[in-house]
Amino acid sequence: MLKVLHPGFYSTIQDSGRFGYRSFGVPKSGVMDAHSSRYANTLLRNHENDAVLEMTMQGGKFQFLEPTQIVISGSDMQPRLNSIPINNNTIINIAKNDILEFGKLKSGIRVYLAIKGGFKTEIVLGSRSQYKCITKGFRLHKNDVIAYDSNNSIIKVSYSSVKYDDSILKSEKLEVFEGPEFKFLSEKQKKELMEIKFTITNKNNRMAYQLEPLFLNEMPSILTSPILPGTVQLTPSGQLIVLMRDCQTTGGYPRIFQLTEQSINILCQKTIKHNISFRLL
Amino acid sequence: MSYNLRYFQYNERSILIEWPSVIDENILNDILKFKHLIENKYIKQKVEVISSYASLLIIYTSTIDKFNDTVLSLKELYVTINATETIKSQLWEIPVCYDDEFATDLDDFSKQKSLSKSQIIELHSSAIYTVYFTGFLPGFLYLGGLDEQLFLDRKKTPSLDVKKGAVAIGGKQTGIYPQNSPGGWHVIGNTPVSLFSPKANSPCFIKSGDRVKFIPVDRSVYNNIKQAFEASDYK
Repeated sequence: MLKVLHPGFYSTIQDSGRFGYRSFGVPKSGVMDAHSSRYANTLLRNHENDAVLEMTMQGGKFQFLEPTQIVISGSDMQPRLNSIPINNNTIINIAKNDILEFGKLKSGIRVYLAIKGGFKTEIVLGSRSQYKCITKGFRLHKNDVIAYDSNNSIIKVSYSSVKYDDSILKSEKLEVFEGPEFKFLSEKQKKELMEIKFTITNKNNRMAYQLEPLFLNEMPSILTSPILPGTVQLTPSGQLIVLMRDCQTTGGYPRIFQLTEQSINILCQKTIKHNISFRLL
Repeated sequence: MSYNLRYFQYNERSILIEWPSVIDENILNDILKFKHLIENKYIKQKVEVISSYASLLIIYTSTIDKFNDTVLSLKELYVTINATETIKSQLWEIPVCYDDEFATDLDDFSKQKSLSKSQIIELHSSAIYTVYFTGFLPGFLYLGGLDEQLFLDRKKTPSLDVKKGAVAIGGKQTGIYPQNSPGGWHVIGNTPVSLFSPKANSPCFIKSGDRVKFIPVDRSVYNNIKQAFEASDYK
């Protein structure tokens, strides 16, 4: 069991999300930065879909009630084990009652705690990803206890041959495909969208990231249509909205771009006042 | 009838198929038949298919290597649709209590439309609605067939807490809120029936292509049905 001594700012259990329930209106959910969580799970020889703990902006404080092994990846939040600094992207051996905590945010905004064998929370509609009205809880709270297997075979800690690619924490370029309604933009607008440096507003969370400045347009409205994480919508008021992992399954705003999987991972490590620009594939 | 479809690569692992952009029952039937064929074709290779008014999004579990080949095989599948076949459809009678306690916007609706409350209830509950698809919230049905006399633009300022089961009208549509949620539609009643259960084998019992009719019930019937739902697993 992992005991939550402090949940951090916004922390959830996530795996790869739900598959096969979107036609019921159920969001996909799942880890925001799949690049970092995949790296952490791979080092531990876990399955890619094993559940990890995702912490946003500020890490929590946790006590491990059984021995295990962990990997921390994604944002650098200066993790400490029993007050001693530890590194991201390496296997850490955990003894009974060890305490993990995080310090100041140094890069990125989402950090992942992967554990040997994955966290064993309830599975609802094929996934452990927490989401309001689907799972019992939708975020971690103080004194929650989260199950994990302690009897897993221990991996010898050695240097991994695959290095963590931290360019996703630094990149400001989002690669995009044309969205279904891209064709309704004028040539001038298409060019401008590639040149503008957009800034992330305070409206950024697991559902969507809103960008500024506004981009004035006269796009026709569309019938409610399917959308995906990474879809970039353009509202009549000129708001660019990049949908993220917890987004709805359908939407009525024109879809001008679709982010690549890796660009979703890049964007979700950014927050208010960070800049991005688009590059059309 | 066969439509001229547009195939569009949506991302690394998804293809969007678009029908003419109108709300139409013939298009709905064509979409549902194609969806069914696609789900059967890929029974071994997992795919997810999202449908809406005039499009289908197919999501594969791995990257699409050859987009053109995949589209070609989808086109070959589309021509096998049986035009005369009708989609299996069930009619669901959904009890609704239109009492003032639940119908928080009915007074205002009645003033804005210059219709009496009983006229509104009569118009709303005599129509048979078609379920086009589910979206917005888990279990939220997009229903077609609202009487034109009941069309009313959404509220200028959305309510922050529309109650689970709220039956509401927004623009040219009517719908049921499957859970507490913010919402901009005019609430005219409430159903005791749970439309979405994450614990059930199939989380929604109402499917695209089904029909829905609202049955006015009084408070005591409402309570009885509500209790029955709370006692069952379908919460």
